[in-house]
Amino acid sequence: MDELEKRMLKEVAELDSLPVGAFNIRSNGESAGRCSTANIQIESRESGDGINVYFKDGTKNESCHIPVIISKSGHKECVYNDFFVGSDCDVVIVAGCGISNCGGHDSQHDGIHTFHIGKNSKVKYVEKHYGEGNGTGKRFMNPTTVVNLDEGATMEMDTSQIAGINDTYRITKAVLGPGATLIMHDKILTNFDQTAKAEITVELNGDDSVCDIVSRGVAKGESEQDVIIDIAGNAKCKGHAECDSIIMDKGVIVATPKLKATCVDASLIHEAAIGKIAGEQIIKLMTLGLNEQEAEQKIIEGFLR
Amino acid sequence: MLELQNISFHADDKDILKNINLKIDDKFVAITGPNGSGKSTLLKVIMGIIKPTEGRVLFDGQDITDLEVYERANLGISFAFQQPVRFKGLKVKDLLSIAAGEGVDVSKDCKYLSAVGLCAKDYLNREINDTLSGGEMKRIEIAMAAARGGKLSLFDEPEAGIDLWSFQSLIKVFENLRRVTNGNIMIISHQERILEIADKIIYLKDGVVDRFDESAKIMSELNMGRYGCGCAYSQKEGACNG
Ligand SMILES: Nc1ncnc2c1ncn2[C@@H]1O[C@H](COP(=O)(O)OP(=O)(O)OP(=O)(O)O)[C@@H](O)[C@H]1O
Ligand SMILES: [Mg+2]
Repeated sequence: MDELEKRMLKEVAELDSLPVGAFNIRSNGESAGRCSTANIQIESRESGDGINVYFKDGTKNESCHIPVIISKSGHKECVYNDFFVGSDCDVVIVAGCGISNCGGHDSQHDGIHTFHIGKNSKVKYVEKHYGEGNGTGKRFMNPTTVVNLDEGATMEMDTSQIAGINDTYRITKAVLGPGATLIMHDKILTNFDQTAKAEITVELNGDDSVCDIVSRGVAKGESEQDVIIDIAGNAKCKGHAECDSIIMDKGVIVATPKLKATCVDASLIHEAAIGKIAGEQIIKLMTLGLNEQEAEQKIIEGFLR
Repeated sequence: MLELQNISFHADDKDILKNINLKIDDKFVAITGPNGSGKSTLLKVIMGIIKPTEGRVLFDGQDITDLEVYERANLGISFAFQQPVRFKGLKVKDLLSIAAGEGVDVSKDCKYLSAVGLCAKDYLNREINDTLSGGEMKRIEIAMAAARGGKLSLFDEPEAGIDLWSFQSLIKVFENLRRVTNGNIMIISHQERILEIADKIIYLKDGVVDRFDESAKIMSELNMGRYGCGCAYSQKEGACNG
């Protein structure tokens, strides 16, 4: 792996070296390393456009890293990764994609991740998207995440797109069975003329299923964000969504909440707020010695943590 | 140390501060006076949060009237707000490390927090958002001022909303600031016990410095009932006739 790839790995997966546990590193459409473990099996899909990852029942305290790097200007790909997590597991899955585009052609990664999470299993899923490069070629990323949670299963998702992606369309679809829990923290920062669209759809189909969605966005420059959170309560369930955004400069944010209840015992809440950084927050940090730009940066850093 | 020359502040057709002249060299100065008399406005003028309509502010002989808030902060002036500001996502330890101007130092943070009666273990990782109670926010605000430990620490009603923990501990925080950092303190308070330990008291009324004198002298006048509503007297008697 060259220096660029190493740096991108660090950005998207916080990796300084090859990860421990199972991993699959995809670089410019080719495998740059793969490792299965006794409990986690990674296989190429027959169609050759992605991987299937199998977690044995009862796999605990293990992790699976599947970072993707694109450094060739003009590389475009569509990748399907399916995760089959057995029952009673407790695992961490770290995905992430970095595009470095210094050339004149557009680069694009579309990743469709589908999770089948078995009874009483717990999955923590971390996904970071990052772009860089000073070429005229654009960087596009369109992740789709489909989550099927079986009885008593829990998925904790930490997804973010912090910089450098010109346009993104992020789709998340989750279906929850009885007693299942989905916790999702989604963060997006856009700048310049970037655009981002996020669509999060949750179906609470099982009794005692719970979802808690927190979406935070910061739109700087002339960027635009469009966030839709759509929760359906079809059983005795609890759904909570919070969509909180900061706009700066000439940024535009559209937040659309949608709640639908088809069961009298469904309890659904959606909170949405958009505003600029509070002046008093900047002043407070200035009394601690930060200038205005530093103060804004700290506030956004905290907000998107 | 601090000199205010002809400071006036007008807003909304109102004279909120009227030609204030003060020369302060004392270590511990309390500002008191009725609600709405301009106390917070005066401290904000010193910190640079409010620009006076007229007049100059001198700090250690330097004219700081045109300096920004952060430039004054870097000269060693700090400010604890009457209503502390809340942040989504920033944690107590983040603000303490910004305040101290260094990376996170758990043992130091622990010292600042325990001085205000908070256990670092429970609070360092708390977000400074609306899950913290009013009293907790006030205590953290004081801890931050202590962490900055500059030449001039400004406190706007630090004791308001704080239970009886604490009074002694609070006073210890001020004494520490005075002793350890050899800093000066200006504190807005309606509390008799704070007014008593001050070297001097500024009594502000309708945007004018009504009195500026030794604490003992002003306290005896206050106790004789010369001043009404909003001051130590009315708090002590629990009656307001002013
Ligand atoms: N920007 C402003 N515009 C208009 N009026 C203001 C402004 N700032 C302060 N005031 C008014 O000036 C007066 C002084 O306010 P200030 O907050 O300084 O009072 P205070 O002495 O600190 O009162 P308290 O004891 O209630 O804290 C009040 O009447 C307030 O309403
Ligand atoms: Mg006040």
